[in-house]
Amino acid sequence: MLAQRLARPSTFRTLPAFLMMAIVLPLLAGCGYNTIPTAEENAKAAWSEVLNQYQRRADLIPNLVETVKGYASHEKDTLDAVVEARAKATQITVTPETLKDPEALKKFQDAQSGLTSALSRLIAVSEAYPDLKANQNFLALQAQLEGTENRIAVARRDYIQAVKDYNLTLKTFPSVLWATFWFRSNEPFANFTVDEDKMQPPKVDFGTKQGG
Amino acid sequence: MRGRCPAGQRGGPRAYATFLGLLAGILLFPLTAFAADLPALTGRVVDYAGIIDAGTRAALTQKLADFEAKGSDQIVVATIPSLDGEEIEPYANRLFRFWKLGQAKENNGVLLLVAPNDRKMRIEVGYGLEGTLTDLHTKLIIENDMVPAFRAGDFPGGISKAVDDMIMVLEGNPEELEARGKRNEQAPFNSDDLFFAIFIGIWAIIFFGSIAASVLPPIFGQKLGPGRYRWLGMTFEPHRRSSSGGGWSSGSSGGGWSSGGGGGGFSGGGGSSGGGGSSGSW
Repeated sequence: MLAQRLARPSTFRTLPAFLMMAIVLPLLAGCGYNTIPTAEENAKAAWSEVLNQYQRRADLIPNLVETVKGYASHEKDTLDAVVEARAKATQITVTPETLKDPEALKKFQDAQSGLTSALSRLIAVSEAYPDLKANQNFLALQAQLEGTENRIAVARRDYIQAVKDYNLTLKTFPSVLWATFWFRSNEPFANFTVDEDKMQPPKVDFGTKQGG
Repeated sequence: MRGRCPAGQRGGPRAYATFLGLLAGILLFPLTAFAADLPALTGRVVDYAGIIDAGTRAALTQKLADFEAKGSDQIVVATIPSLDGEEIEPYANRLFRFWKLGQAKENNGVLLLVAPNDRKMRIEVGYGLEGTLTDLHTKLIIENDMVPAFRAGDFPGGISKAVDDMIMVLEGNPEELEARGKRNEQAPFNSDDLFFAIFIGIWAIIFFGSIAASVLPPIFGQKLGPGRYRWLGMTFEPHRRSSSGGGWSSGSSGGGWSSGGGGGGFSGGGGSSGGGGSSGSW
């Protein structure tokens, strides 16, 4: 009986082994090999969305400045400040590769918050011009700007969460084992500081309610 | 070549399952804790503030259900008494993502949120509809439909008018709406399903393969001796191996596999929002 079993052709024996491998390989992925690259790509994607929304805001500004100029040309200082802040903000870009550098992110953040405050001054100033506030184009731009500021806030929140998840995978068990043995070059990403996140988008008042 | 993983789990599939369960629990915990303070999605009109009368609610629900049937866009009206000090924008976004309004592939949901005690409202638009129902549209709907009605104390009227106008805007591009509806008619087939199918397929091959290995050789194979058959160049001993076949049961609980469009109750289709739309106050 034993001799018969040993004499069995080897193809039948390798078949279960082959099937076993087909099952085990996906399980290996479940062991966490994919965790770190997935979290990293998620964080990078979230960062792209942040950039995308800041770019969208930057694209709105020339139009807004032109519209305001038509009605409030002697608010030159405020308008120039916005243009300048925009130029400064668009110069600094943080690519996903430089996300590891907190300094670069800090610079980017400072430039963008400079633009945010310049914009809120511009919106505040425009309150004094009833003709401007009644302008359809201005109304549209304001609605878009308001929406964009909110999208920036959402994108930034998503980025903060994604970076937190990614940094956690590099520091916590069991994925830290993969980080030590395999993904040695992966470094934590820099995150937005709390101040920036707490900053309010410029309030847009349509004359319906003070401060609303 | 057993692929022992370095995470230190040993002891076969049972230990692996508990490990996975634990991991899922850890991963999902903050999500559930975070979502605890958000109201449940009970229907297309969720009136926690109690400002919409029954007649209007029924009419709105019908209108929104008809509209979803047409183009798969999910519009939900929600009222909450108070925001508890939170800004309406982040709250609306959180609620939108918690309810997963809109179809997963289209992100075509809209949330109309009213918080009467804070005198604030917001129309939050999913990613997929940002191009059609723009920020300006939502702003105009809020300022022209809702604000005057709400100031006069007519909440149902203002909300109905806003819903009508949103539907009008979304229907303003009929071809696109129709295409969206068509795309979402057939059951969406995504890569998750494919992976699941392959996984089940492998299990099925093992499960039914072992049955076939015990049943087919006696029929098609060449008999070598009592209980031994030669078939396709392999020797089978069905009766000796039959017990091993029983061990492979594909215990696919498949707990997490639910996609949008449940039969009776209304549920979000898996859509998300990136903060489109606009807010107002009265």
